[in-house]
Amino acid sequence: MTDILDLSVLEAHNAKVAGELSPQEHVEAWFAAAASDELNAYLWRNDRGAGAAAIEVEQDWNAPIAVKDIFCTEGVQTTAGSRILEGYRPPYTATAVQQLIAAGLPILGKTNMDEFAMGSSNENSAYGPVLNPWDRERVPGGSSGGSAAVVAGGLAPWAIGTDTGGSIRQPAAFCGIVGLKPTYGAISRYGMIAFASSLDQCGPLTRTVSDAALLLAMLQGRDPLDSTSVGIEGGVSLPDREDLSGLRFGVPAELARDSVDAGVREVFERTLQKIEELGGEIAEVSLPNAEHGISAYYVIAPAEASSNLARYDGVRYGMRAGGEGDLIEMYETTRSEGFGPEVKRRIMLGTYALSSGYYEAYYGQAQKVRTRIAQDFDGAFAEVDFVVTPTAPSVAFKLGEKSDDPLAMYLNDFFTVPMSLAGIPAISIPAGLAAPEGGGPQLPVGFQIAAPAFAEQRLLDAAYALEQGIGFEARPGGGSGG
Amino acid sequence: MVGELSGILGHVDRIGNLDLEGVEPTSHVVALENVLRADEPWQSLPRDVALASAPEPQDGAFRVPSPQAE
Repeated sequence: MTDILDLSVLEAHNAKVAGELSPQEHVEAWFAAAASDELNAYLWRNDRGAGAAAIEVEQDWNAPIAVKDIFCTEGVQTTAGSRILEGYRPPYTATAVQQLIAAGLPILGKTNMDEFAMGSSNENSAYGPVLNPWDRERVPGGSSGGSAAVVAGGLAPWAIGTDTGGSIRQPAAFCGIVGLKPTYGAISRYGMIAFASSLDQCGPLTRTVSDAALLLAMLQGRDPLDSTSVGIEGGVSLPDREDLSGLRFGVPAELARDSVDAGVREVFERTLQKIEELGGEIAEVSLPNAEHGISAYYVIAPAEASSNLARYDGVRYGMRAGGEGDLIEMYETTRSEGFGPEVKRRIMLGTYALSSGYYEAYYGQAQKVRTRIAQDFDGAFAEVDFVVTPTAPSVAFKLGEKSDDPLAMYLNDFFTVPMSLAGIPAISIPAGLAAPEGGGPQLPVGFQIAAPAFAEQRLLDAAYALEQGIGFEARPGGGSGG
Repeated sequence: MVGELSGILGHVDRIGNLDLEGVEPTSHVVALENVLRADEPWQSLPRDVALASAPEPQDGAFRVPSPQAE
């Protein structure tokens, strides 16, 4: 049983094809594993005996999957981590989830997340924080913290999440797994509860780069129900590149003065050496506007959120609160009681940034910074094939460490936000372990690789070659070193 | 929360001083023309399904408190 759970999805598939593993045994092992969640990572688990609550599975072929609770699932509670949607059962299923079901993937459960995907630690969930499987006193990252924790903690072989400013890549880094944010438009957003519509993108959280490619191949495509979806031309196939010869990796010159923990910087430098050992070339590039990414992002994302979240008003679905008062009182009470502090903070920031007299100074200016950041990347990709950075400036921090300081929490997204603003794909792969500042057991460090829009195949090929070269095999709970 | 919001706005204000005269704003990153579909009737949610999650459905509609306090 333990052996089955050690296999990546691709390895398990190969074992099934070779007749060494029964598909039924594989699925059962994962359902049993999911039931042992002690990390508060699942908000709903698919108890197949429950019948009515179970999601229909069209064929029982592949590895079961965990789905972030931001994706609508017909008849199954979908909360987006918010009290305001407690008990909400959507009347339809998100296209991304429908694609997985159509591919024969049983749904293991819905994973915990920061409320409406707003957060970098999963501490903003109305249903309690997720614990990091490497150290239960630490956060798993966010907002797809549950999806990262189930994959790292052996509670699911793979998962999907969403990334608006780093919400797949940063938790993947904190939990020592692979996380891919595809190009904006690669995967349908239909049925994916909206946070910031011009940035939100679905993507895989997996143990290996190959598994990320497998999932992306199932998820990508144009969807008539999402007019901004375009898919990936030519599709996606399994990566098989063995070295990095002929490829140029750009390191932003600005990184030298950025605030990065010593341990993270050391793993990053070591990974650059590994790239050179594999035949790749390291070059310096300049992203002079990237330092303004956080400022632009924390105008644009809250502005879009303030509009998107206007729909939670206690009328058509979700929670309604308020007594005998009038309609306005009902709206106010419902939203006051239904939303948590971070969501309220962002609705207020966004409303302010869009208000008459401030619009140009905030929203207009942020959209221009966004253009500049995209141009920075265009310039860099004229010189190099990929841009690389640490995924996050630190390893996983302690629960409560940043929860009283929203700005410190926002700055954790420093390296992931610029790619989101530019709409380009970026992957985080585990690159090594480092001790947290202030001491403690070693924790995973992520290495981020970004590529031009829709260059997912090249990105996955390079990430695969680097993954093989790094040979990261460490597991939570004192597994083998790597 | 007032202090927190001021701190965030203080950080965000840094972009206020950048000279971005003549830079085109980006609202959408993928170059897309208008996406049109054929003007054909298509399935929509049946009324009872659309009302199933409503806090207070009544007579096939969403009931809300009076807009005016009595």
